[in-house]
Amino acid sequence: MEGSIALLGFGEGGWGPSIASGVLVTVSLALATLPVGLAIGFFVALGKQSPERSVKLAANMYTTIFRGLPELLTLFVVYFGAQIGIQKLGELLGYEGTLEINSFIAGMFALGVVFSSYASEVFLSAFRAIPKGQYEGGYAIGLSSGQTMRMVILPQLIRIALPGLANLWMILLKDTALVSAIGLADILRQTGVAARVTKHAFLFFGTACMIYLVLAILSSFVIDAIERSSARSGVKR
Amino acid sequence: MTDSFLNARPSTIVRPPAPPKKWTRGRVGGHFLVGLWATLLIGLVVYLYSAWNIELIQKYGPSYLEGLKTTIGLVSSSILLGALISVPVALGRMSKNRIASAIAYAYVYFFRGTPLIAQVFLFYYGLGSFRPQLEAVGLWTFFREAWYCALLAFSLNTAAYQAEILRGAVRSVPLGQWEGAASLGISKVVTFWKVILPQALIVALRPYGNEIILMIKGSAIVALITVYDLMGYTRLAYSRTFDFQAYLWAAIIYLILVEILRHIWDWLERRLTRHLIR
Repeated sequence: MEGSIALLGFGEGGWGPSIASGVLVTVSLALATLPVGLAIGFFVALGKQSPERSVKLAANMYTTIFRGLPELLTLFVVYFGAQIGIQKLGELLGYEGTLEINSFIAGMFALGVVFSSYASEVFLSAFRAIPKGQYEGGYAIGLSSGQTMRMVILPQLIRIALPGLANLWMILLKDTALVSAIGLADILRQTGVAARVTKHAFLFFGTACMIYLVLAILSSFVIDAIERSSARSGVKR
Repeated sequence: MTDSFLNARPSTIVRPPAPPKKWTRGRVGGHFLVGLWATLLIGLVVYLYSAWNIELIQKYGPSYLEGLKTTIGLVSSSILLGALISVPVALGRMSKNRIASAIAYAYVYFFRGTPLIAQVFLFYYGLGSFRPQLEAVGLWTFFREAWYCALLAFSLNTAAYQAEILRGAVRSVPLGQWEGAASLGISKVVTFWKVILPQALIVALRPYGNEIILMIKGSAIVALITVYDLMGYTRLAYSRTFDFQAYLWAAIIYLILVEILRHIWDWLERRLTRHLIR
């Protein structure tokens, strides 16, 4: 028992610092992916409910493809594909050396794409829950369509979409564990290294699971706070 | 008289021709996006055609098929095992006994709150550190195999999700159904099987389908613990040839698999809910 505490601690021979840096990588990756995924997801949802058939088709294809692929495969396709693409581009431009793609950026992009395809569905159902009268009311008082979207629809949309998005955030947090497969030093990678060196695999992978649980619990507190504050700004019934 | 007058309509209604569709910004953008997708897909086909290498296909084609079989076998057996485990967990979640419900809650929270990949590592590498104890109990032959560890982790993981699906579905059946059956003198067990469950399973159908699709996608991670599923053979092919089409073929196969399942599920849902359509 004391041995395990020493192994996980921050003292000499303890793996605390490296695991802590892994936590930092995981959290910053998830936080960096979130705005990318939300923005893409929002625009894909706009495309899906567009009256224009071609826009709808393009948006639906996006969701079909990125929801159907395993996240790990998307990650590998992005990582290795971008690597090859950049290499080719470099050769075209006459650059001789090898170009490396940052695994953080690749992970952010791949997870963002997956997140956005799910988020677009959440946004779409939230859009459907907003009555048409809200748009018409906005236009009637002379707001442009952009202003109506920003000032009338979006505040309601966020409130309706929040539970679904919170769910997606939890999924995103768990999906970040996959980036350890492309060499990013996140929680799972750091604990894996520690497990291999010290031969205490159960201790370290158990710790990794516990850290993910703690992150999930912490984010559920934050989500609760956001939901309460957004409910306050809503209509009192 | 008025009746015949009202019915006196021309046999064919001539409508004015639809006004020509304007090329609005949205329409141009939409066509551009569809064009982009089409270019990408055509590019993919052209790339796969130009990179067509019969030796590669002959060498790795059968192994992809083998991998696909492993994937389907792993997913279907873990879904079935998970369905079995999920019943007591769901019962525990709904039970009034506080200890049972706390245990079930902790189980569900753990398996839904941690990444599947971490659970798989915990079972495969983690339990490997208890080798002497496991050997003493005679379970080491089970935990030595990566496939069995993956099966165990997947089954326990999907059981947690399925338990929540089941619980939500049973909860969604109105209480009046229980009361109605009770007033007819039907016992609780029979009520559950004959009245509640058939209605609950229709509600649960869509989430179950989603769970299977998530499981198919999630199963790709067993490639990281040396199980040769579709993803495992893909990684093998890529590491030997450095040919990017290895990943593209895998993507196409996964996409087809998921789309087939999705369409089967849509059909199943239409078929099973046809009595509900008014």
